[in-house]
Amino acid sequence: MQKQILVGTRKGTFIFDREPSGWTPRLAGHAGVGSNFVARNPHDGSLWALLGHGHWGAKVSRSDDGGKTWRDAAQVMYPEGARYIDGWVPGVSAGDGKTPTYKDATLLQLWCIAFGAPGSIYIGTIPGGLFESHDGGESFALNRPLWNHDSRGGDLFAGEGTGKTHWFGTPAAGSSGEFAPGLHSIEVDPRDPNHLYVAVSTAGVLESKDGGKSWHGANAGLINDHLPNPTAEWGHDAHFIALCPAQPDHVWQQNHTGVFYSSDAAKSWTRVSDKDQGVHFGFPVAVDPERGDTAWVVPGRSDDQRMAIDGALFVARTEDGGKSWTQLREGLPQSNAWDVVLRHALGNAGDALAFGSTTGNLYVSEDRGDHWACVANNLPPIYSVRFG
Amino acid sequence: MESKTSMARVEFTRHLYTYFPALEGETVEVDAETIADVVQEMEKRAPGFAFYVCDERGRLRPHVNVFIGEERIADRVGLTDRVDASSRIFILQALSGG
Repeated sequence: MQKQILVGTRKGTFIFDREPSGWTPRLAGHAGVGSNFVARNPHDGSLWALLGHGHWGAKVSRSDDGGKTWRDAAQVMYPEGARYIDGWVPGVSAGDGKTPTYKDATLLQLWCIAFGAPGSIYIGTIPGGLFESHDGGESFALNRPLWNHDSRGGDLFAGEGTGKTHWFGTPAAGSSGEFAPGLHSIEVDPRDPNHLYVAVSTAGVLESKDGGKSWHGANAGLINDHLPNPTAEWGHDAHFIALCPAQPDHVWQQNHTGVFYSSDAAKSWTRVSDKDQGVHFGFPVAVDPERGDTAWVVPGRSDDQRMAIDGALFVARTEDGGKSWTQLREGLPQSNAWDVVLRHALGNAGDALAFGSTTGNLYVSEDRGDHWACVANNLPPIYSVRFG
Repeated sequence: MESKTSMARVEFTRHLYTYFPALEGETVEVDAETIADVVQEMEKRAPGFAFYVCDERGRLRPHVNVFIGEERIADRVGLTDRVDASSRIFILQALSGG
């Protein structure tokens, strides 16, 4: 039985404890500070929060006493010479848009954290960086093979590269005034810590089989209806990816253009949206820890609204690899509910699921989504939900 | 710390004491010729300070203001504005956010 839920919000880090009376929230730290992602390192129990101070920039915070006290960890910084090719936006970007604009990279946002082999920690950032630590978080360094990938113009430390990037921006970078790519998903294969996936808005999924020394695209089968060539190798807006810990060849993806499923380790993806069941657009996806064909999404009304469909909130579950979907509504508000659930705000462990919305509601199910309870209403906008 | 009148005095928004409590109650005086020197000195006294007020490239963060006396500094990129022993330097948050 799960005992804690870790919740990152726009105004701090909250922890929900399972008490005899039910799930009980407490503000656990970072009052007033954006807490983009909160997670526990399974190897040593430490808690990690990725912060965005309004004035003082993005900071990695850690707690070694279960959230009683927090301290700044080693910080994530782009090294001297790290540059990226700007996705030119009229009125925003420098230059004329005809020649590539190179920007010096500085940390705009810490977005996701993942734990690999003991001692290994990965952090995804905007603009489009993967940072890694192999000393338990005492230091972080930019993964250069990904940063220098051909798909984003090659090695810009060494020169001008190809001058072309296939990585586009994410609106999530908007608060920084930039339209830069963002790395929001990191998955480590439990069978082999050198086997990594990352997903980037907007580029797609990349895979490494050598611990991050080299990367290749893993986007076959994705369909981007907003591109002239919908099956182009790059330009896919993965919103979130997640693999099944017990069956890691089963990988799920909630994409801007639908729900996609792979049962062959992301060698190929199949779109498994079911628009009749409202399953298509959304941000998060969760995969059953044991069964790779079982997943949950929280659908929203297409990309022109991005909120709960018809004011009635539901979670959809598939148990057959996306061939069929079931709407789960029991205990969720079914009128005048306009919740938006962001990509990191659906978590699961065992039979338990929890998700939070930008309207500050946290919902929990302990029976695989069949029944839900709202356990908090007035939290700040929720960015991340993970069982601790 | 004993006060030395030949050094520039640095004052902060209270907000920064939350993150650097060791500075609380201190009269902070630094030997510096430019604002960049001031930030470097502060980093020595309060490790991590520089990355709170500046980004990785040493540029002042967008929502941070530095004043020398009543004048906002001109060079937010290189922090080359000059200071001397008579300077009072204020490191403040800009009025922004929500």
